[in-house]
Amino acid sequence: MLRIENLHKRYRTGDEALKGVSFTVPSGQILGLIGPSGSGKSTLIRCVNRLVEPSAGRIFLDDLELTALSHSELRKARRHIGMIFQEFALVERLTVMENVLSGRLGYVPFWRSFSRRYPAVDIDKAFALLERVGVLDQADKRADALSGGQRQRVGIARALEQDPELLLIDEPTASLDPKTSRQIMRLIREVCAERNLPAIINIHDVVLAQTFVDRIVGLRAGEVVFDGAPAALSPQVLTRIYGEEDWTELQRRYDDETEDESGAGDRKAADARIERRAGLA
Amino acid sequence: MPESNAARASPEIGPNAITARIWRRPPLIHNRTLRWACGAGAFMYLTLALASLHINWRRVYDGIERGWRLIQGFLVPDFLSRWGDIAVGMQESLTMTVTSTLVGVLISVPIGIGAARNIAPLPIYFLCRGIIAVSRSLQEIIVAIFFVAMFGFGPFAGFLTLSFGTIGFLSKLLAEDIEDIDESQAEAIRATGAGWWQLVNYGIQPQVMPRLLGLSCYRLDINFRESAVIGIVGAGGIGATLNTAIDRYEFNSAGAILILIIAIVMMSEYFSGYARKWVQ
Repeated sequence: MLRIENLHKRYRTGDEALKGVSFTVPSGQILGLIGPSGSGKSTLIRCVNRLVEPSAGRIFLDDLELTALSHSELRKARRHIGMIFQEFALVERLTVMENVLSGRLGYVPFWRSFSRRYPAVDIDKAFALLERVGVLDQADKRADALSGGQRQRVGIARALEQDPELLLIDEPTASLDPKTSRQIMRLIREVCAERNLPAIINIHDVVLAQTFVDRIVGLRAGEVVFDGAPAALSPQVLTRIYGEEDWTELQRRYDDETEDESGAGDRKAADARIERRAGLA
Repeated sequence: MPESNAARASPEIGPNAITARIWRRPPLIHNRTLRWACGAGAFMYLTLALASLHINWRRVYDGIERGWRLIQGFLVPDFLSRWGDIAVGMQESLTMTVTSTLVGVLISVPIGIGAARNIAPLPIYFLCRGIIAVSRSLQEIIVAIFFVAMFGFGPFAGFLTLSFGTIGFLSKLLAEDIEDIDESQAEAIRATGAGWWQLVNYGIQPQVMPRLLGLSCYRLDINFRESAVIGIVGAGGIGATLNTAIDRYEFNSAGAILILIIAIVMMSEYFSGYARKWVQ
């Protein structure tokens, strides 16, 4: 379970990215974080594993207060927090297997990781995960030789190799085509269900979010303006999150999706993707 | 009649309409007077500078004759009569080059890592940047004179000079390359709970390795060429042999030495290209 209490983040430039965000994610729940570019979504999930240092507020993973940890304790805690990135963030010149095994870096001493002599259990797990996400035959290829969808699968395997208790997922489908996006979202759903993992997913694509997450939190200018079920995302709510726009088309597409789950994958999400490089601020 | 409708709707941008609009690239200096003043100033400076040159055409004429003899000598390279000296000089230069590049690279890597702002703590960053600045601000010949004065004539002084030069060159470029890495890959490694050394080994090394190797090869052939130069101030190697040959007006031997230097530099150029491709 993840609990965030009154989280604030002010960057040195003076930009206030988060203004008192609080919510709780119970085990097994997939929470979709939506909001316009610059609303603080990336900052929020990076505050959880303190890749970005929060200015105020507290974050608990089960009973462990992440915000109070020392440098070395933080390193230990990060081992249990898997992260999946929008541009995959695989180390491109390393092999797929090395990328997956890098999920164990926090557990093994330097000389083992340096000489690539990982314990047999880690290697078994890595192979099992590659098989689970469907890229077992790519194990010895370099990461930059893979397609986008395959890379994100490796990214998922790397996160799971950590034996995580929480997944932080930053725009997992922003660089993928609509069909692959749906496959990746489905895979994330499945692996979270298998392990009863809580997850936070930043996502621009509202329809995709509605289809695949259990709960949606809407962020606007660093504040939570919506917290509820995907079905409750009415045009009024979307206006509150994103601002004035004609949302009826989006609503109609969502209705189509829910009627026919296996629905057509040709939906263009270009409008959502324009601002996908939202960055941190 | 939809076509005529469209034509009437926008006559001013029709296919045959000619507008009087002109577009020019905005000038670098916006103020017109300043722009002309800069141009005129530059021209005047050039004229005055050329006028201040005192060229003795008599000496130029003599020089052409001597230069021609030099070229004639080079065109008939003589490898044999001084082969013993050339072989010793070459061997010294190559030894100097390889050892100094190796030692230089080994020292440069930690300094380069320390001088990369995105991974090094501030005090270490300043220390390493300081070392680089010192190494870069001293020209090789000056360093060579200094080391020759300290350790006497011969290749050891040359070895120290080239190692010193390599540190400034390689550390700086490596540090800049580390600062330019794709930060997201390093972030992903950091997020797994990896330690600092693991971050360097997994998040950074794979990204900078091809360039490090390429730069090392490049430095190898810079060092070889430098070894010919610093030999002139007494730091041993082929430069000393070349200097002696020219002093004795043995242009045929000097030509042979230059040809060998060019051949070796070209060879190392070829191999560095190959090595970079292989590691990419």
